[in-house]
Amino acid sequence: MSNSNWPLWEIFIRSKNGLAHKHAGSLHAADAKMAIENARDVYTRRMEGVSIWVVRSSDIVASSPADKDFLYEPANDKVYRHPTFYEIPPEVGHM
Amino acid sequence: MSNQVYNTYLLRLADDTLILGQRLSEWCGHGPILEEDIALSNIALDYIGQSTNVYKQLASLVNDGRDEDAIALTRMESEYVNALMMELPNGDYGTTIARQYYYSSFYLLYLEQLKNSSDHFLAGFAEKSIKEVKYHLQHATDWILRLGDGTPESHSRMQHAVNGLWPYLGELFHDDETDMEAVKEGWGVSREALKTAWTNRVNAVFAEAGLTVPSEAWYHSGGRKGSHTEHMGFLLAEMQFLQRAFPGAKW
Amino acid sequence: MENQALLERFQNYVDAENKIEAKDWMPDGYRKTLVRQIAQHAHSEVVGMLPEGNWISRAPSLRRKAILISKVQDEAGHGLYLYSACETLGVERDALIEELLSGKAKYSSIFNYPTVSWADIGAIGWLVDGAAIVNQVSLQRTSYGPYSRAMVRICKEESFHQRQGYEIMIALAKNGNEAQKRMAQEAFNRWWWPSLMMFGPSDSASAHSGQNMAWKIKRHSNDELRQKFVDMTVPQAEYLGLTIPDKDLKWNESTGHYDFGEIDWTEFNEVVKGNGPCNKQRLQTRNKAHEEGAWVREAAMAYARKQEERQAVSAA
Repeated sequence: MSNSNWPLWEIFIRSKNGLAHKHAGSLHAADAKMAIENARDVYTRRMEGVSIWVVRSSDIVASSPADKDFLYEPANDKVYRHPTFYEIPPEVGHM
Repeated sequence: MSNQVYNTYLLRLADDTLILGQRLSEWCGHGPILEEDIALSNIALDYIGQSTNVYKQLASLVNDGRDEDAIALTRMESEYVNALMMELPNGDYGTTIARQYYYSSFYLLYLEQLKNSSDHFLAGFAEKSIKEVKYHLQHATDWILRLGDGTPESHSRMQHAVNGLWPYLGELFHDDETDMEAVKEGWGVSREALKTAWTNRVNAVFAEAGLTVPSEAWYHSGGRKGSHTEHMGFLLAEMQFLQRAFPGAKW
Repeated sequence: MENQALLERFQNYVDAENKIEAKDWMPDGYRKTLVRQIAQHAHSEVVGMLPEGNWISRAPSLRRKAILISKVQDEAGHGLYLYSACETLGVERDALIEELLSGKAKYSSIFNYPTVSWADIGAIGWLVDGAAIVNQVSLQRTSYGPYSRAMVRICKEESFHQRQGYEIMIALAKNGNEAQKRMAQEAFNRWWWPSLMMFGPSDSASAHSGQNMAWKIKRHSNDELRQKFVDMTVPQAEYLGLTIPDKDLKWNESTGHYDFGEIDWTEFNEVVKGNGPCNKQRLQTRNKAHEEGAWVREAAMAYARKQEERQAVSAA
């Protein structure tokens, strides 16, 4: 299973000129081109004149939310992948 | 212009897109991955939308009390004039992609000519549909490359698919009396004249995908005259079920 | 070890209506509950495509066919948004889908009922989506940010689903011929009770309700939401001229709500356990699509890797 799983991509969309790209959500795609096409289908229903950025989720480096008043856990720097936080049920195995 | 020729011309366009949309929509909920399910549904929706526009135009022209649904969903099998390729079962994903690629690569060239039609409706229809079909072609081309040049399994499945559908292409490029009349009157497109550009395009894409272009010259035909494959009856039985079971009911 | 002080601060933070985001500290139980709930919700969207998809090829008009395709497509989109929300918690979608396909994960039991007539498509849009919306509107205020945002997006897109279902019911039950009216009533009879069951067991019998409410994962109780749905739906059924299949249903002047009869929880539990009319069929269908799509997914990855290597070579 592992080497046929499509990676996760984060999708940023400029809904019209004059506005900044905004995080719209994520999706899976084998490559960047597919990610852009899928984003058009999934997040814009193919509206024209929008600009789309896609970036592999695993490439995003995030700050740690240290200024939040209840945050105690030391930061890990990948936003979307923190499997260590989660206890994987033994039946699932390969994650 | 001859009404009969024009109406037949519209009906072929509408039936091609309806029957292909009907087939593609069978993927809805059964695609290889969610993202692709959504993409295929969008394409099916485009085809259904295109056919609806043409059936509406036809309904207003024949003006015999039938609306677009009556025309689309209540004719006898022999009255459907779609190309045979449209009605073939979807097969595996590779076969569906092969058909999408063959048809949209032809259809885009066709619409680019139809855009210059002296007929206002057809020119407008072509202009609007080109935007959609460009996307269909891009989608199909990307997948031809991925599957043709992916794994050994996908390569062999893709080669098998493009071979299997090849004998249904001839019908798309054949100009019969209706087409020739339409060309002569200046509002139709010569299908045969698209062949060279199409062949060049397909050769280039197949080369990149590592696929062999089939060379068989003989092809199946009959769809334009209402003579269909065995699959068509089942497709219509489903598609027409409610219209047939409850004649005249509104939904 | 989660010390008491951390849990308390988390609770205070949630109590102040703050949203929790993916990287924030959260109790293990909170994370596990969210993963379970969001995944169930995502699975429900994906399995939910099947009963309605069953009528796409037989839709009675071009317009109805296009609407139904868009709706089933939306459900794929909603499944996708929800799986994404779940992935922010560190579980990959493929792993979640494995759990669905193996039968380990749960999804909404309503989708284990068959769609036997066209009127079922109307009834699902009106009742099942109606019930789902009541629940989802409430969940827009859930305390987990990614889940809440997915819900906001879903609610926006969902608004047409219920209306198209009700419109189908109007065409059949109000404006239709005798056969269509009968079709509508029969579908209503089939879907009314399962729709009420969608809100889950009574609060007194629900295992997780209390803690989930405290963490504000859940914002309203099952019974509250169910009552809201009944109050909303009864006048809509009356407008259609449909008879509600519940002899105990009546307006209660003193509470300002409709009273309704006892739900058959035995049936509910059986369907949850896998004994509904379509449980096996739904899972088989999902498994078949997944297995038959494996070579496609593999090929796309193989091609992407080849392309990366080619680019690396040409850049070198």
